[in-house]
Amino acid sequence: MTATAQPSSSTANSTDRIEKRFTVNAPRSRVWRALADEKEFGTWFRMSFDRPFSEGATVFARLTHPGYEHVTLDLVVERIQPERYFSYKWHPYAIDPKSDYTKEPMTLVEFTLEEVKDGTAVTIVESGFDRIPLGRRAEAFRMNEKGWEGQAKNLAKHVEA
Amino acid sequence: MSRRSAAALKVNEAVPVFAALADPTRLRLIGRLSTDGPLSITRLSEGEPVTRQAITRHLETLGEAGLVRNVRRGRERVFELDLKRLEKAKQYLDVVSAQWDDAAARLKAFVETHP
Repeated sequence: MTATAQPSSSTANSTDRIEKRFTVNAPRSRVWRALADEKEFGTWFRMSFDRPFSEGATVFARLTHPGYEHVTLDLVVERIQPERYFSYKWHPYAIDPKSDYTKEPMTLVEFTLEEVKDGTAVTIVESGFDRIPLGRRAEAFRMNEKGWEGQAKNLAKHVEA
Repeated sequence: MSRRSAAALKVNEAVPVFAALADPTRLRLIGRLSTDGPLSITRLSEGEPVTRQAITRHLETLGEAGLVRNVRRGRERVFELDLKRLEKAKQYLDVVSAQWDDAAARLKAFVETHP
């Protein structure tokens, strides 16, 4: 149980979805606030949003991660079930400002919270990748490659803090 | 960091595959090879708006990425897909997966340090 400093995660074998499940040592209401309050969400997710999250709302987001501040994207909020479930759709890898992604399929991101003995179990699922054109995935992959090392360093910093 | 480094290594391996696929002509060639099986350069050039030489170069790029190999059939050379290698394309999910690992770590750190 000491291995919870870094979220343990499971990745499904399917090419269509990614699932992460981990436990947070905080009450469910606290974790919920970090999801449902767009300012809190933006703090750990490294984005700023132009309006609060509400069902059906299209929220304009800008990355706050250093070096990526030029990247903007839309989140379409799907469902909000207080303290239990939050979901939105977006265009994965939509990080090229010159591209128009609006006609492409979106993936669905779902957060589910459950109370467990040590705090709150968080499940994150992103699904719908099979509908994203292969060429787009390839392009996104190349663009992500550069940021890879920086991301790894961020995580290390976080874990060691 | 070890789990992470291992993931990064896998990602590096997959980069040539994705670079090779990130081109509309090459994607089309892959598509034709997957539906029509092994084909000669002559057949692969049919209907393409670019020269046969350009098609040859694209096939070389795909060959270097290990996606396509050429084999001798009688007197001609034909190109076929290397399906095992193409499976690697699935590794794009590893990148997204690692990003969610990062995000999950940040969410955890955030709620635990801001009660």
